[in-house]
Amino acid sequence: MIAILASVFDGVLVGAVYGLAAMGLTLIWGVMNVINLAHGAITVFGMFGLYFLATELGLPAYSAVPIAIVCGFVAGVALYWIAVHRIIGRPELMSLLATFAVNMMLVGIGTALWTTSPFNVPVSLPGVTWEGYTFTGTHMMAAVLAVVIAGLLYVFLHHTRVGKAVRAVADNRGAAELSGIPTAQMLALAFGLGIALAAVSGTLIATMFPFTILSGEAYQLKSFVVTVLGGLGNPAGALIGGIALGLIEGIATRFMPLSWIPIIEFGLFVLCLLAFPRGIFAPAKA
Amino acid sequence: MKSSATFFGLSGLAVAALLAGSTPTLAEDTLTIGFTASQTGKLNNDSTAQMRGFELWRDEVNAAGGIKAGGKQYKINFVSYDDESQNTRVQQLYTRIIVQDKAQFLFSPYSSGLVATAAIVSEQYGKVMLTTGGAEEKPYRLGNKYLFQVYSPADQYLKGALLALKEKNPKAKIAFVYEDDPFSKAVAQAVRAQAKQDGMALSLDESYSGSTTDFGPIINKVIADKADALLGGGHYADGATLARQLHDQNAGLKWVTLLVAPDSPNFATLGDAAVGISVPSQWEPQVNFKPDFGPTAAEFTKRFNAKYKIDPGYHAAGGYAAGMLLQHAIEQAGSVEPAKVADALNKMDLTTMFGRTKFSTNPKEHGLQIGHEMVLAQWQKKDGKLVKEVIWPKAAKTADILY
Repeated sequence: MIAILASVFDGVLVGAVYGLAAMGLTLIWGVMNVINLAHGAITVFGMFGLYFLATELGLPAYSAVPIAIVCGFVAGVALYWIAVHRIIGRPELMSLLATFAVNMMLVGIGTALWTTSPFNVPVSLPGVTWEGYTFTGTHMMAAVLAVVIAGLLYVFLHHTRVGKAVRAVADNRGAAELSGIPTAQMLALAFGLGIALAAVSGTLIATMFPFTILSGEAYQLKSFVVTVLGGLGNPAGALIGGIALGLIEGIATRFMPLSWIPIIEFGLFVLCLLAFPRGIFAPAKA
Repeated sequence: MKSSATFFGLSGLAVAALLAGSTPTLAEDTLTIGFTASQTGKLNNDSTAQMRGFELWRDEVNAAGGIKAGGKQYKINFVSYDDESQNTRVQQLYTRIIVQDKAQFLFSPYSSGLVATAAIVSEQYGKVMLTTGGAEEKPYRLGNKYLFQVYSPADQYLKGALLALKEKNPKAKIAFVYEDDPFSKAVAQAVRAQAKQDGMALSLDESYSGSTTDFGPIINKVIADKADALLGGGHYADGATLARQLHDQNAGLKWVTLLVAPDSPNFATLGDAAVGISVPSQWEPQVNFKPDFGPTAAEFTKRFNAKYKIDPGYHAAGGYAAGMLLQHAIEQAGSVEPAKVADALNKMDLTTMFGRTKFSTNPKEHGLQIGHEMVLAQWQKKDGKLVKEVIWPKAAKTADILY
């Protein structure tokens, strides 16, 4: 019983970070119907950001969090104007190809720079030990920061004028434009935010686990599952979806081999798509 | 005007034909060896080390004038491509290397999975292939005739770890957690048999997917089982993550042996999480074999370090050894004819800096490595610095076991 409780707690902690990782993907999809296949690569650049700030420059590890958000946002806005803007409103295959190309370029550049060798950032925070089970400080800090960032995003989208404009563009771009909202700028802003969320989730993941330039693929796949569980285009739902995925990983492993986890995750993914094509907590679409 | 154009065109063709005709003279003194390396993809780390081993051997042989055989000296020319750590690329590229690039001999790619794929192609075309970086036995049990394994096979990998653990604690509860890839599964099969034979209990026997990013749930299982030891792992990224999480979660283990990952010098970046982790190794720089052929381990280590500014692990040493074994076989055969070289490899019983090499000639397991022995190395802290020491077998140990 204690073992199951420990797995539940661990699942919630890791799941919150999965949720944060998926939030950027779902925000971009929700606002502009773009499936960002460069999401995983951006997450990895967030990981390497932590490595260079903490290991090479000697800065405190968590100072990388705001830096990742700012740099991710700037890079995201730039990426929007370079690779995404021209394919908005075009068939979805175009956006898939464009973002996949960006993904390949980023992974290629990363491999040339850092090879696919693992990198590790030794971050140490006091943890909590209970009945022989240790909950690490880095996991708890990552979960808390993930929830805080998700909360800030919620406040921004629902309680600020700019955030409401972003949601208006997501609901009906034509109507938003007629109301005087600069929709292209709002799309760039939303894309920048999505990339910033991907980058900061990478930074938090790198405080917990070693990583390689290829680590993004696994987190991108998890983000798809989380996005479907939480509802396509619903950033708040992504957090719930992430925690649900973390719980599934934590609890299911108590009763079956770990190698079955991807089968369960993707089985659930397919079932959700069949039963709820836009995800379980999908927002109403105009 | 037209006739002068025709003249120049024909002259050009004639010159091209003369140049093409002169190529075989050069080719006679050049030996083309083909292989793929994982310059991208998840196997890049270990594959790059292996490729560096090949390259160091080639550069040294060429600097010394080439391989001597049949009154000729053959300079080594490599034909190599990036296999992207993908089976499908290996299949395409080995065919290209043989058919288009006309490679005379082959080295294998890195990892058991890719070796198995390359072996199908090399055997189809009857090309001698020295396999390094692949420990799985299966390809040698399929009746192949031109495949020669440099590494000790997978069933040897955790043999030393189990023996060393048995000496420290014969009643140790062992959690066995391994990646679900061909190599790790082959190791797993041997571990089960040996643990049973030695009367040791596997309290947990579980595989994980190579894409696993969080080992927290399985570590909780290990803690719940109150295991004393953990054996397993798979390749680099998963092994490094597992080691760090075992440390972060204070799993209470007295013994941890992981496959592959801890052998890399990069493993030291885990800091305290690396201390006490042991790794079955095909070779370590400290080994003290008296070579019949080629440099000593110390000389190889010095040369490798001078070229790449990093100490070699066993993947690099395996690459270099593959080159030396092929060179020795060609020199013994006095020919570059595949059948004669294969015959020399079949007769080989040679000690190099990599250890003893002997290939099985039993038709049921032809080419399987039966001469080489592995060692068990462990990361230990000496004067505040992380170093890898050989702890098993006792005859080769450079430090006591940290248990």
